[in-house]
Amino acid sequence: MSYINPKFRHPELPVNDLGYTKADYEGSISTLCAGCGHDSISGAIVKAVHELSIEPHKIAKISGIGCSSKTPTYFLGKSHGFNSVHGRMPSVATGASMANRDLTYLAVSGDGDTASIGMGQFVHAIRRNLNMVYIVMNNGCYGLTKGQDSATADAGSASKKGDPNPFAAIDLCGTALQLGAGFVARSFSGDKEQLVPLIKAGISHKGFALIDVISPCVTFNNNVGSTKSYEFVREHSEATGTIDFVPMQQEITAHYQPGTSAEVTMHDGSVIHLHKLAEGLDPFDRASAMNIVEQHRQSGQILTGLIYMEEHSEDLHEALDTVQRPLNQLGPEELCPGRKVLENINESLR
Amino acid sequence: MKTIKSVNDFVIKFANVNGTGSASANNLFAKALFRMGLPVSPKNIFPSNIQGLPTWYEVRVSEKGYLGRRGGVDIMLSVNPQSMPKDIQEVESGGYFIYDNTKPLDLRLIRNDVNIIGLPLTRICNNEYSDPRQRQLFKNVIYVGALAALLDIDFAVLTRLVGDQFKGKEKLVAPNIHALELGHQYARENIECPLGIRVEKRDLVGDCILIDGNSAIGLGAIYGGATMAAWYPITPSTSVVEAFEKYAKRMRIDPGTGRKNYAIVQAEDELAAIGMVIGASWNGARSFTATSGPGISLMSEFLGLAYFAEIPTVLIDVQRAGPSTGMPTRTQQSDVLSAAYASHGDTKQVLLFPSTPREAFDMTADSFDLAERLQTPIIILTDLDMGMNDNMSEPLHWDDDRTYDRGKVLSAEDLDNMEDFGRYKDVDGDAICYRTYPGTHPTKGAFFTRGTSRDEYAVYTESGEIYEANMHRLMAKWETAKTWVPGPVMNPADRPTDYGVIFYGTSESSSLEALDYLAEEGVYIDAMRVRSFPFNQDVEAFIDQHERTFVIEQNRDAQLRTLLMAEFEFGPDKLKSVLCFDGTPISARNIRKQILQQIPGTNITPLRRETGKLESGEAS
Repeated sequence: MSYINPKFRHPELPVNDLGYTKADYEGSISTLCAGCGHDSISGAIVKAVHELSIEPHKIAKISGIGCSSKTPTYFLGKSHGFNSVHGRMPSVATGASMANRDLTYLAVSGDGDTASIGMGQFVHAIRRNLNMVYIVMNNGCYGLTKGQDSATADAGSASKKGDPNPFAAIDLCGTALQLGAGFVARSFSGDKEQLVPLIKAGISHKGFALIDVISPCVTFNNNVGSTKSYEFVREHSEATGTIDFVPMQQEITAHYQPGTSAEVTMHDGSVIHLHKLAEGLDPFDRASAMNIVEQHRQSGQILTGLIYMEEHSEDLHEALDTVQRPLNQLGPEELCPGRKVLENINESLR
Repeated sequence: MKTIKSVNDFVIKFANVNGTGSASANNLFAKALFRMGLPVSPKNIFPSNIQGLPTWYEVRVSEKGYLGRRGGVDIMLSVNPQSMPKDIQEVESGGYFIYDNTKPLDLRLIRNDVNIIGLPLTRICNNEYSDPRQRQLFKNVIYVGALAALLDIDFAVLTRLVGDQFKGKEKLVAPNIHALELGHQYARENIECPLGIRVEKRDLVGDCILIDGNSAIGLGAIYGGATMAAWYPITPSTSVVEAFEKYAKRMRIDPGTGRKNYAIVQAEDELAAIGMVIGASWNGARSFTATSGPGISLMSEFLGLAYFAEIPTVLIDVQRAGPSTGMPTRTQQSDVLSAAYASHGDTKQVLLFPSTPREAFDMTADSFDLAERLQTPIIILTDLDMGMNDNMSEPLHWDDDRTYDRGKVLSAEDLDNMEDFGRYKDVDGDAICYRTYPGTHPTKGAFFTRGTSRDEYAVYTESGEIYEANMHRLMAKWETAKTWVPGPVMNPADRPTDYGVIFYGTSESSSLEALDYLAEEGVYIDAMRVRSFPFNQDVEAFIDQHERTFVIEQNRDAQLRTLLMAEFEFGPDKLKSVLCFDGTPISARNIRKQILQQIPGTNITPLRRETGKLESGEAS
């Protein structure tokens, strides 16, 4: 890590459609270990949001507790952030989303924060199809408490302490698919080319979007014997395909081989192209996605890329039939029925 | 044999089987008396069960307007053989035991000092109805009809009430009136009516209403501008959010689109419920949750976050008997300490103690202002007794000129006009800082909310001095809170006295009644009803001014007394406890007795002869 955040910016840094440079989406200097996968994910978030031209204040960052949950300090410094309670980020995100449906909710969690203490809230956020992007910075261990195995550590994987983990891993993507998540992706912190379009697509997706990002812990879980080390992941990952994200305003120029590609128009009008799809995967078919995730798990391979996507899904606001206007903008005129109505209620209680 | 004679002053208890539809018939009975202009207080004593276990419904009628539990039963209406042996024992000497005599009464149960009256309810039903469900349901209505004759209830009031209750389901009106008539006719023809205990029309209820506390709170949340409710079902709080939903469906639908101006999320547990409330409040929506004791335990971690990160939160705790699952369908005031200091570390939470549905409505609506002005959780402590029973209450009132006080929140314009924004900077010197909602301004006013220690700009810090300064500021805010929360209500005795009494919440009615009894016996006591925590200086002065102060509570450990001793450093000699924790609302007779036991030199002569057994919760 660097201890100084340089203030100098190149005067001709590229600006997005709103006139912001990438620097406008950066946060404070990271205090994570040098080489931490999480910092790369923060970088990917900055790049994705800048390129999507979202106004910084239209995003709310929410996290739980742990190394991963500290990262919202390190990106999107002009957005409100909420570092909540261990494992409880989804509930805070749910409340926030209910209060103002117009913001984008970008949530960050870790494997401990999600797959152990936060499993209950994670599955229920999926079940309600909360409109949010849920990024798991998954390193298979508890970093802040110095390297204990987490529930996503693979059976037999050994962290720096050396003891192989006796328990089977919880596969967050598999779980999310089973629970009906409308957008499920897995990526690797070391693969920005794949991660950035996935984050963009996740933000554009209306409803719950899970991006499980393998993000090696350089200090406690990057050793030989770990299945979440940089080396292991590089050697054992296989992509579902390549994803290109084309914002609504841009003209589609690329051409893809028929048969191995698919095109999806997102809720906000942007388009994603999936090409070089893995054999046997139909990313719009849940059963096919579940099948391919399980096949890779059995063969010890890490499947990355977009695994499943539902083109149209009803999010929580739609399920509850709330008004279009954010609830936090309603005033007494809309909310308070007034004295007369109360007098009628009194009368009915006599 | 002596027979109790009274007009408009008695306690009647119905002993039923849960799930047989008795509650609505009993409610019909209570409401008829209310419509005859008589102060009533019905109390449902029910099991944690849906069908089959004993359940009771106690109705007190009091011409003097006493609404608390008096203690003792003058008339027992028993239709549950399961509980009959105990039920008959509860009847006051000279009282009445009315039972279904289709089967003869077990001779061993007969008491010679009680008037025993048989109504062949099952026989009447079997003769009249062939459908088993009808036989069960109408049995309840039939005994209400019989009681109308026995107690001289205006039959026209009852029939009108049936008409009102089944508005929209007119088909049900005639059969119900018929059932009432069956009972009425049987009683008139076979029993000498009225009994020694009877009612007469009066004009004593004014413009009062009959409402349960949970409904009043649900309405308070509607009027207070809540747009988001998150909750997890738990007795006895469940009907708070259900009432909110019921009224929201009627009063919170956007006229243009038919969509909802509110969101209700049934959470996966209480942790999630409070997390959602905090998330919504952080994002500028008025939000609340309702729970009971076990929920308070689960919500504690989040309550610490809301206290420390200063996020407005409204939480309704409808208390029940703990610890653990305890007696989930019985009442207590036993979450006082766990709510007051909810969460780890140094935390203090603002508590409000409503004592009537009217006050519960007001305090709920006010709590949203208070939470946003103080930027902290507000916990309303009510209990099962008020929450789930119909209470006679002053009507609910709303002032149309009232607006919502959202506290210190900066707009985009405010941010443009200021040089420096720090979320935790005490700009005004009242220890309350300015907040911004997410999404307010493209480049200004964003901050990072966190449960970790941070500086005035919400930036993480581990500096001990900065941490300490912030904790001191939170204490300064606590001082500000003392002047904003509702102060105590004083009720001085008719003569100067060295004795004081403190009570709160639903102990009010029984306490005031007990003080009347004591005054008749020459024991004068000044009374103070505490309405909130933190306590203000009036509370301290009251205790200071009296040699001895009794603290009346519905818990075992004298929790408010502990809180008073902790906050003011009074010694144990100064504060004496009057307690009831058997799960039933504290009664006036019980309070009187316990106070007399603790006043040196008073001669204890019971107001009325007891029937032998100690009243539950009484000191022996």
